[in-house]
Amino acid sequence: MEPVISVRGVHNRFGRQVVHEGLDLDVYPGEVFGIVGGSGSGKSVLLRTMLGLQSPRAGSVRIEGREVVGASPRELLDVKRRYGVTFQHGALFTSLTVVQNVELPINEFHDLEPATCRQLAELRIRMVGLPPEAADKYPAQLSGGMVKRAALARALALDPVLLFLDEPTSGLDPISAAAFDRLVLYLQKSLALTVVMITHDLDTIFRTCNRVGVIVDRRMVSGTLDEITRHEHPWIREYFHGERRRAAAGAG
Amino acid sequence: MAEQLSFADIDGRRRIGIAGRWTMDRVDGLARVIGPAVAGVPASVEIDAAGVESLDLTGAWLLHSLEGRLAKAGAVVSWRPARPQPLAFVDELLAQGEAEEAPRESRSTLVTRPLHRIGRLTVGFRRSALDSLSLLGGVVTVMGRACLSPHRFRLASIVRHVYDTGVTAIPIVALIAFLIAVIVAYIGAQQLRLYGGEIYVADLVTVSVLRELGVLLTAIIVAGRSGSAFAAEIGVMQLNDEVDALRAIGLDPVEVLVVPRVLGLVLALPLLTVVANAMGLAGGALLTWSLVDMPFAQYWDRVNESIAPTTFWAGMIKAPVFAFIIALVATLRGLQVRDSSRELGRLTTVAVVQSIFLVILIDALFAVVYMEIDF
Repeated sequence: MEPVISVRGVHNRFGRQVVHEGLDLDVYPGEVFGIVGGSGSGKSVLLRTMLGLQSPRAGSVRIEGREVVGASPRELLDVKRRYGVTFQHGALFTSLTVVQNVELPINEFHDLEPATCRQLAELRIRMVGLPPEAADKYPAQLSGGMVKRAALARALALDPVLLFLDEPTSGLDPISAAAFDRLVLYLQKSLALTVVMITHDLDTIFRTCNRVGVIVDRRMVSGTLDEITRHEHPWIREYFHGERRRAAAGAG
Repeated sequence: MAEQLSFADIDGRRRIGIAGRWTMDRVDGLARVIGPAVAGVPASVEIDAAGVESLDLTGAWLLHSLEGRLAKAGAVVSWRPARPQPLAFVDELLAQGEAEEAPRESRSTLVTRPLHRIGRLTVGFRRSALDSLSLLGGVVTVMGRACLSPHRFRLASIVRHVYDTGVTAIPIVALIAFLIAVIVAYIGAQQLRLYGGEIYVADLVTVSVLRELGVLLTAIIVAGRSGSAFAAEIGVMQLNDEVDALRAIGLDPVEVLVVPRVLGLVLALPLLTVVANAMGLAGGALLTWSLVDMPFAQYWDRVNESIAPTTFWAGMIKAPVFAFIIALVATLRGLQVRDSSRELGRLTTVAVVQSIFLVILIDALFAVVYMEIDF
């Protein structure tokens, strides 16, 4: 099967600090791929590299077979329209209402009547489980969980095939986090999405991910959840078998 | 987009053929082909979706709305070979919120809209007035307390603001004061020549720069430079919850953010005014020398003669007052920023416009008072 995302030999560094050194990663269609790593291990840098927001020192990133590194702005735009992103803190535009936030990408790339555009936006707002009255609220009037859902609605505005989620459940209570995980899975199945998520939340990983990639020693170790939990690297063992895992298993 | 939707009426039965890619990237064209297919529809419709290559959520929603509009027009819809699966997902989504759709309550009309606006402006004006009073009160209280325990003055912070608002503004203030004085001298020389009184250009420049122009120009430049900086800086802190963090730590934002800026500017603006005055006189000297052929020595004699003991102070007294107003207005607007980046832009603009307006208004009041007391 052709991978949707294929990262090969990516090097990233800032000044003297080497973040990635020959990092490889493959994400296949229809899977939920979780990226894990310690703070400062370069998860966000990897995400920004995959999104084409930042050029690596070396290496290649292909999304649906198209090279992202060194692509012209026009080529990159074609790639960008195939993916949706939610940022860690939502990154909703604070001066626009929720529905305007969702309409923005639709209006930018399509020439639709305002009513059609609004209906398409409302469909997405409904899809992420927000009440219809939330559509006309401003981001500042929403709770943390609703901001995450609104950000997801905006990420799905252009019907992407690929969805990037940066810490989708951080800052949510366990019940809201579980509900958000169910939502992601539900949408992933209904819309046949490929999902890549960065997360620290073990519960989320066990609930949603088919495969996991761990950034250790500036490289990526990836495999199925089973393979990764049996991996011998000390950091991975500590991460999956530390006290938190027992707590998560006990709760689950 | 005819190939994606085609229809034909045969024996009182409409057959709609759907084909190709029904996806978001085609939505512009697809949204337009639906209408004609619904117009004048007979009682029975068959939709043939066998030729559909790909269907995403948007495409499914479009087909769903086609189906809905056909049904609303009284047609019985049947699908061939089967209703596409994604339509069921759209059914599911639309079913969720259907019942709770509340009618919009607020209706705005030609009558209520202006009233609404007036009301909102009034309430806003009242709140703004109260906010200013309360900030002024806060500043006075903090300064009073600081007089008792001087470490509350936060010397490091004040010094930073003197540097940011004063020292770094010297080049632009000097340049503008110089140029304005040149303009005044030039126009003055032209007009006074009519009466043979070119020699009084020196008086004109000296008095107008020292009493009015030096301090007024400096205040306006500083209001634009530092007023916007204060409002934006505090506004972003407000958006990042930094101001709440200060409060939670037990620090008073007025003491930490407002008073150092007020005091910094109150110190910096008079110093900048001195620079502006000096540069203004220099500009006048240069122009009178080149235009009226007055040697520098004679210019200085005229300058000294035209200055009353009060001339210099009549301008300087205004500087700290202007500084106080600018800093207070700008920090107040910064603290009022709530929720959105747009508010930040709006209130930064308000801060600059309002402080410049108040500076000019107060300058006019000073002029009236000076005249009354013959200062």
